[in-house]
Amino acid sequence: MRRSMSTLLSILVIACGRAENSARAVIQNKGSDTLITVAQAWAEAYSAVDAEVAVAVSGGGSGTGISAMINGTVDIANSSRKMTSREIEAARANGNDPVEHLVGHDALAVYVHLDNPVGRLTLDQLAGIYGENGTIERWSQLDVQVPGCASDEIVRVSRQNNSGTFAYFREAVLDNEDFKLGSHDMHGSKDVVHLVAQTPCSIGYSGMAYATPEVTMPCVMGTAGDPCIAPSIETALDGSYPISRPLLMYTSGSPAGEVKAYLDWVLGDAGQCIMLELGYTPAMPAECVQ
Amino acid sequence: MNPQALARSRDFDHRGRAWYVDRAVTVFVFIGGTSAILFIGGIFAFIAREGLGFVFSEFDAGEFFGSIAWRPTSALDATYGALALIVGTASITGLAMVVSIPFSLAAAVFIGEFARGRVRETLKVLVELLAAIPSVVWGFIGFSIMNSLIIDLFDVPIGLNVLNAGIILGLMAAPIMTTIAEDALKAVPDGYREAAEALGATRWQVIRKVVIPAAKNGLVAAVLLGVGRGFGETMVVLMASGHSINLPDSVFDSVRALTATIAAELGETAVGSDHFRALFTLGILLFMVTFAINLAADTIMRGIRRKGERGRP
Repeated sequence: MRRSMSTLLSILVIACGRAENSARAVIQNKGSDTLITVAQAWAEAYSAVDAEVAVAVSGGGSGTGISAMINGTVDIANSSRKMTSREIEAARANGNDPVEHLVGHDALAVYVHLDNPVGRLTLDQLAGIYGENGTIERWSQLDVQVPGCASDEIVRVSRQNNSGTFAYFREAVLDNEDFKLGSHDMHGSKDVVHLVAQTPCSIGYSGMAYATPEVTMPCVMGTAGDPCIAPSIETALDGSYPISRPLLMYTSGSPAGEVKAYLDWVLGDAGQCIMLELGYTPAMPAECVQ
Repeated sequence: MNPQALARSRDFDHRGRAWYVDRAVTVFVFIGGTSAILFIGGIFAFIAREGLGFVFSEFDAGEFFGSIAWRPTSALDATYGALALIVGTASITGLAMVVSIPFSLAAAVFIGEFARGRVRETLKVLVELLAAIPSVVWGFIGFSIMNSLIIDLFDVPIGLNVLNAGIILGLMAAPIMTTIAEDALKAVPDGYREAAEALGATRWQVIRKVVIPAAKNGLVAAVLLGVGRGFGETMVVLMASGHSINLPDSVFDSVRALTATIAAELGETAVGSDHFRALFTLGILLFMVTFAINLAADTIMRGIRRKGERGRP
């Protein structure tokens, strides 16, 4: 009995010593599923820049990051939508003052199956497919015949209702109207693309960086007469693609210390070039070695 | 007391090391045994504290049980209609039972009554192994493999539907049902079988007319525990059901389950918001249903045990 106690004690002592040796500052970074790949790449690259700082990244969606910011459990919250005034108030009530940092832009791409011949869509058509009052239920209503989709039914793939992508789509495409019930609400951008790739009848939306060779992205027109713009880094940057959105990081109060150093690095050439490499549009003009 | 007497009384004092160890283990076992009550009470109090606030303020029973519009984050008007979620959970569990009951009862009869020796042992281990497959693996199979398979086989728009989730959930519930059903069959005294065989009954007649009727309650309990398992399962229904708010007309329609809704949304809601508390209200509903199912299963099991004791020669 006594021996086991002393073993336990010595283990504790060793564990504490270990922890002290590697006393690194940890930045808790959480939120947007759209930003997760780039946030992870940043964290990994930053460990080479400053070995004393570890950035712990987790996803879950913009809503997760924002509620963590409200509850004060995170240093940096990632979000693909702006915090609402109600959320900012809630955070202030808890003693956290969210400060917004623009880190990039992302074109919200519309995905369809590789066999789907629909090459172009207008925002009105998208609203007709996804919106509560929309009347587009079948591909034939868009004058499209999709091979492998005998039922002609449009299978709507969407996101869970607290995702930033979901909120942005609702705001930009549906004009804040509700979504039509019965969409397939996936729990991640990757799942949306994966499901669309497997399902000929389907249509989905997610950040452009999630594109794979197994899906196609129709170009999008603001209104019927406009030129049809394909989602790309350039069209997101110059604002010609009608549904591109800011990618944000929130800190509580003005950043200081390690968090400030990290954000400065993210917005510097090194961080912004990583973003470009992964298919996102940088917020700052960055000179990158290709 | 003189020193001699003191020494003698010390000899009679049995409070040595073993005594203390014994005492400590007794206390530990007692705490372990009663902690289940503590946890159940604590969990229920926690869920009730978060969920009942919603039930007594914004809750609209007509909307909750009568509307399918689950739109907790609507920009216009948040609505909390859970009808589609309840129907979704019920339809998946229902199909899962259609799949698993015949399979697992047949498996239990085979393992319990026919298989002998090594075959029996191997089968038992395999059934238990099936129960050990993590649910996220099942969910992944549903999402990645079954989806394309169902689209190709049945020519339907999407393969994430009641059929997909029901089959996978059925396969997941089957091992538990098999194990409990087999225990129920084993609990039937051998005297019954011997008596029936002595009267000239064939093996099949013994099982059909004697063993199964005698084990009836245990088999019902096994089914009920399988239902409880299906009702509470989360990962599979989140990934394989399509997670789509819909009242299904056929097994090829996508649905959304209560558990999956909680899992998908709870992490992202601000603590204490209406949405957060509405999710806990779903939790209360789930808790009450699974509690009722487990209680029913337990009562039935207790019934057979008592009857079994009386019937023993």
